[in-house]
Amino acid sequence: MTSRGPGFLEQLDEAVPGAVVGRNLDALDPWVEVAPERIADVCGWLAASSPVRFDSLQCITAVDWFEPDPKKAAKVSWQPHTELVYHLWSTTARASLVVKTKLPRWKADVPGQLPEIPTVCGVWRGANWHEREVYDLSGVWFTGHPDLRRILCPEDWEGYPLRKDYEMPLDYHGIRGR
Amino acid sequence: MAQLLDDDPRIIEFDVRTDEMLVNMGPQHPSTHGVLRLVLRTDGEVVSEVEPHIGYLHRCAEKIGENLTHRQWIPYTDRMDYLAAMNMNLGWALTVEKLMKYQVSEKARHLRVLIAEMNRIASHLVGMGAYGLDLGTFSPFLYAFREREKILDLFEEACGARLTYSYITVGGLTADLPPGWLQRCEAFLDQFEPIIKEYHALLTTNAIFVKRTAGIGLLSPAMAIEYGCSGPVLRGSGVDQDMRRDGEAIYTAMYDGYAFEVAVMKDGHYPRDHEYPAVPADAVLGDCWHRFFVRMLEVMQSMDLVRQAIDRYSACKGPLGEPLKLTEKMPAGDAYLETECPKGQMGFYLVSDGTAIPWRVRARSSSFSNLAVTHELCRGCLIADVPAIVGSLDIVMGEIDR
Repeated sequence: MTSRGPGFLEQLDEAVPGAVVGRNLDALDPWVEVAPERIADVCGWLAASSPVRFDSLQCITAVDWFEPDPKKAAKVSWQPHTELVYHLWSTTARASLVVKTKLPRWKADVPGQLPEIPTVCGVWRGANWHEREVYDLSGVWFTGHPDLRRILCPEDWEGYPLRKDYEMPLDYHGIRGR
Repeated sequence: MAQLLDDDPRIIEFDVRTDEMLVNMGPQHPSTHGVLRLVLRTDGEVVSEVEPHIGYLHRCAEKIGENLTHRQWIPYTDRMDYLAAMNMNLGWALTVEKLMKYQVSEKARHLRVLIAEMNRIASHLVGMGAYGLDLGTFSPFLYAFREREKILDLFEEACGARLTYSYITVGGLTADLPPGWLQRCEAFLDQFEPIIKEYHALLTTNAIFVKRTAGIGLLSPAMAIEYGCSGPVLRGSGVDQDMRRDGEAIYTAMYDGYAFEVAVMKDGHYPRDHEYPAVPADAVLGDCWHRFFVRMLEVMQSMDLVRQAIDRYSACKGPLGEPLKLTEKMPAGDAYLETECPKGQMGFYLVSDGTAIPWRVRARSSSFSNLAVTHELCRGCLIADVPAIVGSLDIVMGEIDR
């Protein structure tokens, strides 16, 4: 944490103006929240130009904030959205950083239209498979990805299993679903 | 003139043309370490492109995790890296403990180190033996499994299972060691130590083995870092990083007071390298041989750690402590933790909404990132080198597909 320093966010703000929309540096894992359309610029700066080079992308996670049960949904404090969490690591400083960003669950709120976010494959080549997995299981479209297709599920699989409103198919090529 | 051309052997040679061919390797191929399918684009013997296809072992572990409590998910972590299930249990248990800000007893801490390092030895033995198999030699596999069997016997005595242990759990361990276990463990270490020389004679210094692995599948440090490689794959490229030393406080505190040197080449030397066979002249840092050798060094390192842990554990007075209740509520929030598993850095990400059942769980698999470099390593190599390269990454499909 000390290596990132208090001036770190100001530098990020200066390098990519207006990208940072939220922060919590006192959390268990300190995080910054950025605007989704700026994610590639922010990651590019973090990997190449920031004082601490976050040269390694460890993980991308999509968290689906959606409550299918209407009774429980009335009680939650958040609006439905998809949250992308990038876990970065610096091998030189041995420090980690979490970058979060919020997307709508569906593009323009039309069910079936995947939300879009720029790819970070140009920053870390290792992002390729991670983004494919997020697309496969959570249904996020990474614009500019060189080869975005399903990775764990079969190519003709329908739906995005890690979404909270996902329903198991009743039949897949003659195999009963339940 | 036509007669002259027909007689010229060089011209006939130009007539023989090879087309590019797609060769399917796997998903049932013995040297793909489980159900991995590689599609090779070959030009004669030379591989121009390799494309791994994964997902044949996908069991929806993350989705299942959203429907169980934190402790109920422990058996599912067993089935990720089933060759090092103790380390998987530990990774998840520490992640939950990080979120709950829970600290286990001193005794549980040392027992966890003991068990996790024993499992590291077992995992590296499989890695070594199976690597020999990939390269066409059968004996090292049998030698490795003979010793691994004894570790599994010890584990069976401690927790009742030989492969999927669920021994380390959230808040501690499910049971204490049975009487006499430590003596049997020490007896095993004493018997095992001289045997490592046999392994070095069988593989490390074996001329054929060196020919098959030295200078093959070069992975540069920059590429390893960019792809998020970890564990022996990263250290085999000369990057000095081990989560047991460089990780987060909750994990490094477990190894507080333990003496060990990270198995990585520094200034042309491995730690304590006078005790081991010399690096062959053909081996280049970052090749298959170095990845293999780092694993062999870690076997010795883990033996050291197990011995230290036995001393500390026996010196601990007081109870082991009870694990947390199955339905113990977690605070709302999220936590991410990476631990050093035998295959590399295994990360767990946990999002909680304040109940005992996680809102989202995520397993960041080390083998997943390690396998992602295959296409870079295999470009331009020979078909026979593909098993040598994939084997040197020491992947486990259960962890990649989850």
